[in-house]
Amino acid sequence: MTVITKQPVNPTDHLTDADVEAIGVELDAIRQDILDVRGEKDAAYIRRVVDVQRKLELGSRAVLLVSILPPAWVIGTVGLSVAKILENMEIGHNVMHGQWDWMRDPKIHSTTWEWDNASTAEAWKHSHNEVHHTYTNIVGKDNDLGYGIMRVDEDQRWHPFHLGQPLWNFINACFFEYGIAAYDLELGKNLSIPKDKRSEKFKADLTKTFAKIRRQAAKDYLVNPALALPTGSAIPTLAANFTANLVRNLWSHSVIMCGHFPEGVETFEKKSIPADETRGQWYLRQMLGSANISGSKAMHLMSGNLSHQIEHHLFPDLPSSRYAEIAPKVEALFEKYELNYHQASLPRQVGSAWHKVVRLSLPNGFLATTTPKNLPSQAKLLWAMSTKGTKVRRAAQARLTQTERRLASEKAAAAAA
Amino acid sequence: MASTDTRPTLRSRLRSVAEAAVTPLDLDVVLDHFAPLRAGGDAQGRIVEVRPETDASATIVIKPSRAWAGHVPGQYVRIGVDVDGVRLWRTYSLTHGPRADRCISITVKAIEGGVVSNHLVHRARPGQMLQLGPAAGEFVLGDPMPRKLLLVTAGSGITPVIGMLRNLFSRATPVTADIVLLHSALSQSEVIFGEELRRYGAEGRIRLVEMHTDVHGLLEVDHLETIVPDLAERTTYACGPVGLLDSLETHHTERGLTLHLERFRTQLVTPGEGGTLAFTSAPDVTIEADGARPILDVAEDAGVLMPSGCRIGVCFGCVLPLTSGAVRDLRNGEVTIAAPGDGVAIQTCINAAAGPCEIAH
Repeated sequence: MTVITKQPVNPTDHLTDADVEAIGVELDAIRQDILDVRGEKDAAYIRRVVDVQRKLELGSRAVLLVSILPPAWVIGTVGLSVAKILENMEIGHNVMHGQWDWMRDPKIHSTTWEWDNASTAEAWKHSHNEVHHTYTNIVGKDNDLGYGIMRVDEDQRWHPFHLGQPLWNFINACFFEYGIAAYDLELGKNLSIPKDKRSEKFKADLTKTFAKIRRQAAKDYLVNPALALPTGSAIPTLAANFTANLVRNLWSHSVIMCGHFPEGVETFEKKSIPADETRGQWYLRQMLGSANISGSKAMHLMSGNLSHQIEHHLFPDLPSSRYAEIAPKVEALFEKYELNYHQASLPRQVGSAWHKVVRLSLPNGFLATTTPKNLPSQAKLLWAMSTKGTKVRRAAQARLTQTERRLASEKAAAAAA
Repeated sequence: MASTDTRPTLRSRLRSVAEAAVTPLDLDVVLDHFAPLRAGGDAQGRIVEVRPETDASATIVIKPSRAWAGHVPGQYVRIGVDVDGVRLWRTYSLTHGPRADRCISITVKAIEGGVVSNHLVHRARPGQMLQLGPAAGEFVLGDPMPRKLLLVTAGSGITPVIGMLRNLFSRATPVTADIVLLHSALSQSEVIFGEELRRYGAEGRIRLVEMHTDVHGLLEVDHLETIVPDLAERTTYACGPVGLLDSLETHHTERGLTLHLERFRTQLVTPGEGGTLAFTSAPDVTIEADGARPILDVAEDAGVLMPSGCRIGVCFGCVLPLTSGAVRDLRNGEVTIAAPGDGVAIQTCINAAAGPCEIAH
C-alpha cells in the first residue's frame, strides 16, 4: 500500500478534526478503565507465566541432558522452543515495554530485565520502544518497515537488491535474533561510516552486543552441551539448542511480520505528520498502521499477545493480559468511525505479509504491466533497471508507473461502459 | 588473620558454570523459584500464621529467610507487601523473639484508609511472601538493662514494648527488674495483647496500669508522679502518638530524667501543585518545578541531562527512580507518592512535580 496521503481515497478523509480528537478521548477512557482495575490478578498472572516459563526452560534443559535418547531430544527441544518463545514474546517484550513496572518489583521491571536473545535489552528498548512505537509506519522514520533490507511499501524506493528480498527475509527469519541485534545497532548505517568517525556510543553498544552474543552462544552451544557429555548427549544437545533457537526465530519473525506487513495496513508520509501530532492523531496512526491475528488463546499467548497488535500499539504500557479484554471495545470504536480493523487468521496474515514481500521485490507497477506477451521486453527492462544505474532506473520506474495508471484507467473506463 | 586468597573455589567455579548455563538469568533468581528462604537468598519471609488480636489488629508471624540477621527486642523492621499487585513498604515493630524457631512477628493495627495495614490485618494469609529489610532502631533495653523501668505506651505503641516483655519473660534466667507499664487505649476492647498484659500483671512480673480513654480520659503527663511515685528512680521508655511523646519529652527534660522514645513516623505526603525538584547527584541544587510541566522539561530547561525517548509517555525511555516526594501524571491526574526505599520509578516525560521531589540521577 502506498502512504495514506497518496492514495486515491484516503481512508481517514471522512474524519473531521473533532472526530480524531473524540477517538483520542474514547481510547484514553478505555485505557483508564483498565488502569482503574489493574491489580492483584494481573500481578499473579505475570508471576505465574514467569514461574512456568523458567521451570519449563530448566526442565527442558534437564531432559536434554539425556538427549541422546530420541524421545528426550524431542521433548526437550519442544519444551525449550516454547520456553524461549514465551520468554521473548509474552514476558521479555512486554516487561521491557514497562507493562509491569507498576508492580514496583525490581525483578520484573523494564529497567532491569535482560532477555534470552542475542540483542541487549538496552538496544532493543531503544529501537523498538522509542523508535518503532513513536514513528510507527512512517516511511523513512520507522525502520521496522523492512528492517533496512526489504521494501514493504510502494513509497520505499526500489533497488535491485530488493529482487532478493524473499531470500533475505527467509534468512533473516532463520537467524532473527542476530537480525534484531544487527538492526538494533543500526549496523548497516554505522559500518558505512569510516572506523575513526564512528560514534563512541556505537562502539560501546557493539561491545555490549558482542558480550551478550558470547554469553548466549556459550550457554546454548558450549556449557549446556558440555553438561550433557557424561551421557554422550553433547552433540544432540547442541543440535537441540540450535533447533530451539531456530524455532523461536522463525515463529517470532512470522508473528512480527504480521504486525505491520499484511496487505492493507496503512503507512504514512513523513511530511504529513505534524511535529506536534496530537494524541488523537497518534492513536489514529497506530490504529491504521497495525494488524491483528485472530485465533486460539494458545496462539495469543505464544505470540506474546502481539496478535492484538492494534491494542498493543494503542496501549503499549497496559498489561498484555488485558488486550483480549479491550479488543471488542477497540473494534467497536473502529466500526463507529468507519475504519478498517485489520484482523485475520495466522496463516492468512503470514501469507499476506509474504505476498507483499514478494510483490514489492519488483519495481512498482512491474507486475501490473507485465503480460505473457510482453514478458521478454519487461525482463529486458528489469535487467536495465538493475544494471544501468540510478538515472535509468528512475526513468524506467516513472514509465512503469505511468503505464500502470494508464492501464488502470482504461480498465475502469471499460468496466463503466 | 584475614585470608586474601582470591583463587576460585570449587563452589565459585560451580556457581560460574551454573550461571553460564542459565544466563541472562541470575542463579539466585532461578533458585528463588525453588527455595526462596535459602541461605544466600534475598531477605524475605513467608507468613506462617495470621493471628487476630482485636477487631482491627492482627499479629503476622513470619518465617524469615536465612538472610535474616536477627534483632534486638524493641527494634522494628521494614516490610515489603504486595497489595493489589503493587509492592508497598511499611515499618513495624517486632513483637516476638528472637525465638528458637527463628520466626519473627509484627502486630499491625488497621488504620482508617490504610492500604497496607488493612491488607495485612484482613487479607494476609499463611504462605504469602513478604520482603524484609534488616532490623533497625535504638529503642532497646540495653545490656545490662535498667533495674527500674517505666514503660509508657498508647495504642499501637505497645508493639515494641510487648516484644521486649515477651523476650524478658521467656529467658532461662529470671528477670529481676521492677517494671511498671502504663498503657493507654481508646477502650478496653481496643487494648492489643490485653489478656497477656493482664496476665503478666497478675503474675507479678509487671505492675500494669491500664487507662481507657472512654472511661478514664486521656493520659495526662502531669499526673505521672501520682500514678508512679518513684518516677525519678525509673528509666522511661515511651512509644505512642506524637502528642504524648512530645509532652513526655518536655516533662522529663524539665526534671532531668532518662527517656527513650520510639516515634512512629507517619508518611504524610499531601500532594500539591508543583514543588521543588532535586537530584541525588547534586544535593545542593533545587529547581522550582510548576505542577503543569513534565519534570523532564523542567529539568532540561535547568540544564540537567536527562534520559528521554518518545516524550509522550509511550516508550518508558525516561524512567528514573523517585526517591521521595509526590508527582502527578499529567495525562490522568494520578498521583504517585514515594518515600526512600519504596522502589518507585516514574516516567519523567508525563509526570509533573506535586510537591517537593527527589530523583535518583
